[in-house]
Amino acid sequence: MTFEKIKTSFIKSFQSFSRMLPMIFGVAMLTSLFITVLPKSFYQKIFIGNNVVDPIIGAILGGVVAGQPVVSYIIGGELLKQGVSLIAIISFILAWVTVGVVQLPAESLVFGKRFALCRNILSFVSAIIIACLVTLTLSIL
Amino acid sequence: MKKNIFQKIQGKWTFLIIAVFLYIILFLFNFSLAIKTFFVFLGLLEKIIPVLFLVFLFMFFFAIFFNPKKMTRSLGKNAGARGWLISIVAGILSSGPTYVWYPLLKDLKEKGMRNSFIVAFLYNRAIKLPLLPIMVYYFGLKLVLVLTFYMILFSIINGLLLEKILKFKID
Repeated sequence: MTFEKIKTSFIKSFQSFSRMLPMIFGVAMLTSLFITVLPKSFYQKIFIGNNVVDPIIGAILGGVVAGQPVVSYIIGGELLKQGVSLIAIISFILAWVTVGVVQLPAESLVFGKRFALCRNILSFVSAIIIACLVTLTLSIL
Repeated sequence: MKKNIFQKIQGKWTFLIIAVFLYIILFLFNFSLAIKTFFVFLGLLEKIIPVLFLVFLFMFFFAIFFNPKKMTRSLGKNAGARGWLISIVAGILSSGPTYVWYPLLKDLKEKGMRNSFIVAFLYNRAIKLPLLPIMVYYFGLKLVLVLTFYMILFSIINGLLLEKILKFKID
Protein backbone atom coordinates (compact mmCIF):
# COMPACT_ATOMS: atom_id res chain seq x y z
CA MET A 1 0.00 0.00 0.00
CA THR A 2 1.53 3.30 -1.09
CA PHE A 3 1.00 6.83 0.20
CA GLU A 4 -0.35 7.72 -3.23
CA LYS A 5 -3.01 4.96 -2.97
CA ILE A 6 -4.09 6.19 0.49
CA LYS A 7 -4.24 9.79 -0.75
CA THR A 8 -6.30 8.89 -3.84
CA SER A 9 -8.65 6.70 -1.75
CA PHE A 10 -9.14 9.53 0.76
CA ILE A 11 -9.93 12.09 -1.95
CA LYS A 12 -12.31 9.71 -3.76
CA SER A 13 -14.13 8.76 -0.54
CA PHE A 14 -14.37 12.37 0.57
CA GLN A 15 -15.78 13.48 -2.79
CA SER A 16 -18.52 10.84 -2.91
CA PHE A 17 -19.28 11.37 0.81
CA SER A 18 -19.55 15.16 0.54
CA ARG A 19 -21.85 14.84 -2.49
CA MET A 20 -24.43 13.15 -0.21
CA LEU A 21 -24.20 15.63 2.68
CA PRO A 22 -26.79 18.21 1.47
CA MET A 23 -29.32 15.39 1.05
CA ILE A 24 -28.56 13.94 4.51
CA PHE A 25 -29.03 17.35 6.15
CA GLY A 26 -32.28 17.83 4.22
CA VAL A 27 -33.68 14.51 5.50
CA ALA A 28 -32.56 15.31 9.07
CA MET A 29 -34.34 18.68 8.88
CA LEU A 30 -37.58 17.12 7.61
CA THR A 31 -37.41 14.38 10.26
CA SER A 32 -37.08 17.02 13.01
CA LEU A 33 -40.08 18.82 11.54
CA PHE A 34 -42.17 15.65 11.79
CA ILE A 35 -41.08 14.99 15.37
CA THR A 36 -42.24 18.41 16.58
CA VAL A 37 -45.31 18.94 14.42
CA LEU A 38 -47.00 15.63 15.37
CA PRO A 39 -47.80 15.38 19.13
CA LYS A 40 -47.93 11.93 20.80
CA SER A 41 -51.70 12.24 21.39
CA PHE A 42 -52.17 12.24 17.61
CA TYR A 43 -51.39 8.51 17.39
CA GLN A 44 -54.12 7.47 19.88
CA LYS A 45 -56.85 9.05 17.80
CA ILE A 46 -55.92 7.19 14.62
CA PHE A 47 -56.70 3.55 15.55
CA ILE A 48 -60.35 2.45 15.37
CA GLY A 49 -60.26 -0.90 17.20
CA ASN A 50 -60.72 -3.12 14.12
CA ASN A 51 -58.25 -6.03 13.84
CA VAL A 52 -58.25 -5.96 10.03
CA VAL A 53 -58.04 -2.21 9.47
CA ASP A 54 -55.78 -1.28 12.42
CA PRO A 55 -52.63 -3.11 11.14
CA ILE A 56 -53.03 -1.27 7.81
CA ILE A 57 -53.48 2.04 9.64
CA GLY A 58 -50.44 1.15 11.77
CA ALA A 59 -48.30 0.47 8.70
CA ILE A 60 -49.45 3.67 6.94
CA LEU A 61 -48.82 5.77 10.04
CA GLY A 62 -45.46 4.14 10.76
CA GLY A 63 -44.37 4.61 7.15
CA VAL A 64 -45.35 8.26 6.93
CA VAL A 65 -43.98 9.57 10.23
CA ALA A 66 -40.28 9.71 10.96
CA GLY A 67 -38.05 9.71 14.01
CA GLN A 68 -35.88 7.60 16.28
CA PRO A 69 -36.96 3.91 16.50
CA VAL A 70 -37.01 4.18 20.30
CA VAL A 71 -39.86 6.71 19.98
CA SER A 72 -41.90 4.11 18.07
CA TYR A 73 -41.31 1.55 20.86
CA ILE A 74 -42.45 4.02 23.51
CA ILE A 75 -45.51 5.13 21.51
CA GLY A 76 -46.28 1.48 20.67
CA GLY A 77 -45.92 0.42 24.31
CA GLU A 78 -48.20 3.21 25.51
CA LEU A 79 -50.81 2.48 22.81
CA LEU A 80 -50.76 -1.20 23.81
CA LYS A 81 -51.54 -0.19 27.43
CA GLN A 82 -54.44 1.87 26.13
CA GLY A 83 -55.96 -1.15 24.38
CA VAL A 84 -54.74 -0.85 20.79
CA SER A 85 -54.24 -4.38 19.34
CA LEU A 86 -50.78 -5.97 19.31
CA ILE A 87 -51.04 -6.69 15.58
CA ALA A 88 -51.55 -2.97 14.88
CA ILE A 89 -48.66 -1.97 17.16
CA ILE A 90 -46.24 -4.42 15.50
CA SER A 91 -47.07 -3.23 11.99
CA PHE A 92 -46.73 0.38 13.22
CA ILE A 93 -43.27 -0.22 14.76
CA LEU A 94 -42.05 -2.23 11.76
CA ALA A 95 -43.19 0.31 9.20
CA TRP A 96 -41.67 3.11 11.32
CA VAL A 97 -38.20 1.58 10.93
CA THR A 98 -38.43 -0.06 7.49
CA VAL A 99 -40.63 2.27 5.41
CA GLY A 100 -39.49 5.86 4.87
CA VAL A 101 -41.84 8.18 3.03
CA VAL A 102 -39.88 11.24 4.25
CA GLN A 103 -36.61 9.84 2.93
CA LEU A 104 -38.13 8.34 -0.24
CA PRO A 105 -36.93 11.21 -2.51
CA ALA A 106 -33.43 10.85 -1.09
CA GLU A 107 -33.49 7.07 -1.51
CA SER A 108 -34.70 7.49 -5.11
CA LEU A 109 -31.85 9.87 -5.78
CA VAL A 110 -29.27 7.38 -4.52
CA PHE A 111 -30.61 4.00 -5.71
CA GLY A 112 -33.10 4.98 -8.42
CA LYS A 113 -36.87 5.59 -8.31
CA ARG A 114 -37.87 2.00 -9.07
CA PHE A 115 -35.62 0.54 -6.39
CA ALA A 116 -36.79 2.99 -3.72
CA LEU A 117 -40.50 2.61 -4.55
CA CYS A 118 -40.40 -1.19 -4.74
CA ARG A 119 -38.36 -1.51 -1.53
CA ASN A 120 -40.74 0.73 0.40
CA ILE A 121 -43.86 -1.04 -0.94
CA LEU A 122 -42.34 -4.46 -0.08
CA SER A 123 -41.44 -3.21 3.41
CA PHE A 124 -44.95 -1.82 3.88
CA VAL A 125 -46.61 -5.13 2.92
CA SER A 126 -44.06 -7.09 4.98
CA ALA A 127 -44.85 -4.99 8.07
CA ILE A 128 -48.49 -6.16 7.90
CA ILE A 129 -47.61 -9.80 7.09
CA ILE A 130 -44.97 -10.00 9.86
CA ALA A 131 -47.43 -8.45 12.34
CA CYS A 132 -49.94 -11.23 11.49
CA LEU A 133 -47.26 -13.96 11.65
CA VAL A 134 -45.86 -12.75 14.99
CA THR A 135 -49.34 -12.62 16.56
CA LEU A 136 -50.13 -16.08 15.18
CA THR A 137 -46.81 -17.57 16.35
CA LEU A 138 -47.24 -16.07 19.82
CA SER A 139 -50.71 -17.56 20.12
CA ILE A 140 -49.26 -21.04 19.30
CA LEU A 141 -46.15 -20.79 21.55
CA MET B 1 -30.19 25.00 -24.98
CA LYS B 2 -29.78 27.22 -21.90
CA LYS B 3 -30.60 25.53 -18.60
CA ASN B 4 -32.96 27.34 -16.21
CA ILE B 5 -32.15 27.76 -12.51
CA PHE B 6 -34.11 24.63 -11.46
CA GLN B 7 -32.25 22.47 -13.97
CA LYS B 8 -28.95 23.89 -12.74
CA ILE B 9 -29.65 22.85 -9.14
CA GLN B 10 -28.76 19.21 -8.74
CA GLY B 11 -31.17 16.78 -7.05
CA LYS B 12 -29.08 16.50 -3.90
CA TRP B 13 -29.56 20.26 -3.25
CA THR B 14 -33.28 20.32 -4.09
CA PHE B 15 -34.02 18.24 -1.00
CA LEU B 16 -32.15 20.59 1.34
CA ILE B 17 -33.67 23.67 -0.30
CA ILE B 18 -37.22 22.31 0.22
CA ALA B 19 -36.42 21.59 3.89
CA VAL B 20 -35.00 25.11 4.43
CA PHE B 21 -38.03 26.61 2.67
CA LEU B 22 -40.41 24.71 5.01
CA TYR B 23 -38.41 25.92 8.05
CA ILE B 24 -38.68 29.54 6.83
CA ILE B 25 -42.46 29.15 6.44
CA LEU B 26 -42.68 27.67 9.95
CA PHE B 27 -40.56 30.55 11.34
CA LEU B 28 -42.95 33.06 9.77
CA PHE B 29 -46.18 31.41 10.97
CA ASN B 30 -45.28 29.70 14.26
CA PHE B 31 -42.07 31.07 15.71
CA SER B 32 -42.04 29.00 18.94
CA LEU B 33 -42.68 25.71 17.09
CA ALA B 34 -39.96 26.64 14.59
CA ILE B 35 -37.45 27.24 17.41
CA LYS B 36 -38.45 23.89 18.99
CA THR B 37 -38.01 22.15 15.61
CA PHE B 38 -34.64 23.81 15.13
CA PHE B 39 -33.41 22.53 18.50
CA VAL B 40 -34.69 19.03 17.70
CA PHE B 41 -32.70 19.27 14.45
CA LEU B 42 -29.57 20.33 16.37
CA GLY B 43 -30.07 17.38 18.74
CA LEU B 44 -30.41 15.04 15.75
CA LEU B 45 -27.24 16.50 14.20
CA GLU B 46 -25.38 15.86 17.44
CA LYS B 47 -26.39 12.19 17.18
CA ILE B 48 -25.72 11.69 13.48
CA ILE B 49 -22.36 13.47 13.15
CA PRO B 50 -20.38 10.68 14.91
CA VAL B 51 -22.19 8.11 12.71
CA LEU B 52 -21.40 10.15 9.59
CA PHE B 53 -17.76 10.16 10.63
CA LEU B 54 -17.93 6.36 10.98
CA VAL B 55 -19.56 6.04 7.55
CA PHE B 56 -16.77 8.12 6.02
CA LEU B 57 -14.14 5.93 7.74
CA PHE B 58 -15.82 2.81 6.29
CA MET B 59 -15.86 4.36 2.81
CA PHE B 60 -12.19 5.26 3.13
CA PHE B 61 -11.40 1.75 4.40
CA PHE B 62 -13.31 0.09 1.54
CA ALA B 63 -11.62 2.37 -1.00
CA ILE B 64 -8.18 1.30 0.25
CA PHE B 65 -8.71 -2.43 0.77
CA PHE B 66 -11.59 -3.41 -1.52
CA ASN B 67 -11.36 -3.14 -5.25
CA PRO B 68 -14.44 -3.96 -7.39
CA LYS B 69 -13.11 -7.51 -7.90
CA LYS B 70 -12.92 -8.24 -4.16
CA MET B 71 -16.27 -6.56 -3.60
CA THR B 72 -17.94 -8.72 -6.25
CA ARG B 73 -16.59 -11.81 -4.50
CA SER B 74 -18.01 -10.78 -1.09
CA LEU B 75 -21.19 -8.91 -2.03
CA GLY B 76 -21.64 -9.45 -5.76
CA LYS B 77 -23.86 -11.76 -7.83
CA ASN B 78 -22.05 -14.96 -6.85
CA ALA B 79 -21.46 -14.08 -3.19
CA GLY B 80 -24.13 -16.56 -2.00
CA ALA B 81 -24.68 -17.25 1.71
CA ARG B 82 -21.59 -15.23 2.64
CA GLY B 83 -23.09 -12.12 1.05
CA TRP B 84 -26.39 -12.58 2.90
CA LEU B 85 -24.60 -13.08 6.19
CA ILE B 86 -22.43 -9.97 5.73
CA SER B 87 -25.43 -7.80 4.75
CA ILE B 88 -27.63 -9.05 7.61
CA VAL B 89 -24.96 -8.72 10.32
CA ALA B 90 -23.79 -5.33 8.99
CA GLY B 91 -27.41 -4.11 8.93
CA ILE B 92 -28.01 -5.21 12.52
CA LEU B 93 -24.73 -3.72 13.80
CA SER B 94 -25.02 -0.38 11.95
CA SER B 95 -26.28 2.55 14.00
CA GLY B 96 -27.84 5.98 13.35
CA PRO B 97 -30.52 6.91 10.82
CA THR B 98 -30.75 4.90 7.58
CA TYR B 99 -29.99 7.86 5.31
CA VAL B 100 -26.51 8.39 6.75
CA TRP B 101 -25.57 4.98 5.28
CA TYR B 102 -26.63 5.93 1.74
CA PRO B 103 -23.17 7.24 0.68
CA LEU B 104 -21.49 3.96 1.67
CA LEU B 105 -24.18 1.79 0.04
CA LYS B 106 -24.04 3.85 -3.15
CA ASP B 107 -20.29 3.41 -3.21
CA LEU B 108 -20.60 -0.37 -2.68
CA LYS B 109 -23.35 -0.64 -5.31
CA GLU B 110 -21.10 1.08 -7.84
CA LYS B 111 -18.41 -1.48 -6.97
CA GLY B 112 -20.82 -4.37 -7.67
CA MET B 113 -22.93 -4.97 -4.53
CA ARG B 114 -26.14 -6.90 -5.29
CA ASN B 115 -29.44 -5.00 -4.91
CA SER B 116 -30.84 -7.79 -2.73
CA PHE B 117 -27.96 -7.35 -0.26
CA ILE B 118 -28.69 -3.60 -0.07
CA VAL B 119 -32.33 -4.43 0.76
CA ALA B 120 -31.23 -6.97 3.40
CA PHE B 121 -28.86 -4.40 4.93
CA LEU B 122 -31.56 -1.69 5.02
CA TYR B 123 -34.22 -4.06 6.41
CA ASN B 124 -32.01 -5.43 9.17
CA ARG B 125 -31.25 -1.92 10.32
CA ALA B 126 -34.67 -2.21 11.93
CA ILE B 127 -33.12 -4.59 14.48
CA LYS B 128 -31.43 -2.25 16.93
CA LEU B 129 -29.34 -4.22 19.42
CA PRO B 130 -28.85 -1.36 21.93
CA LEU B 131 -32.60 -0.70 21.92
CA LEU B 132 -33.66 -4.33 22.44
CA PRO B 133 -33.89 -3.96 26.27
CA ILE B 134 -36.45 -1.15 25.82
CA MET B 135 -38.41 -3.32 23.40
CA VAL B 136 -38.27 -6.26 25.83
CA TYR B 137 -39.50 -3.97 28.63
CA TYR B 138 -42.56 -2.92 26.62
CA PHE B 139 -43.36 -6.10 24.68
CA GLY B 140 -41.60 -9.03 26.42
CA LEU B 141 -38.68 -11.23 25.38
CA LYS B 142 -40.78 -13.83 23.54
CA LEU B 143 -42.31 -11.26 21.18
CA VAL B 144 -38.93 -9.59 20.53
CA LEU B 145 -37.30 -12.93 19.64
CA VAL B 146 -40.15 -14.00 17.33
CA LEU B 147 -40.22 -10.56 15.70
CA THR B 148 -36.44 -10.55 15.16
CA PHE B 149 -36.60 -13.99 13.53
CA TYR B 150 -39.32 -12.88 11.07
CA MET B 151 -37.50 -9.62 10.32
CA ILE B 152 -34.32 -11.44 9.32
CA LEU B 153 -36.35 -13.93 7.25
CA PHE B 154 -38.27 -11.16 5.47
CA SER B 155 -35.10 -9.18 4.78
CA ILE B 156 -34.00 -12.11 2.58
CA ILE B 157 -37.45 -12.59 1.00
CA ASN B 158 -37.72 -8.85 0.23
CA GLY B 159 -34.20 -8.77 -1.18
CA LEU B 160 -34.89 -11.64 -3.56
CA LEU B 161 -38.30 -10.23 -4.55
CA LEU B 162 -36.90 -6.79 -5.25
CA GLU B 163 -34.19 -8.23 -7.44
CA LYS B 164 -36.80 -10.17 -9.43
CA ILE B 165 -38.97 -7.05 -9.79
CA LEU B 166 -36.03 -4.93 -10.94
CA LYS B 167 -35.11 -7.54 -13.57
CA PHE B 168 -38.64 -7.39 -14.96
CA LYS B 169 -38.69 -4.79 -17.75
CA ILE B 170 -41.83 -2.79 -18.50
CA ASP B 171 -42.48 -2.60 -22.25
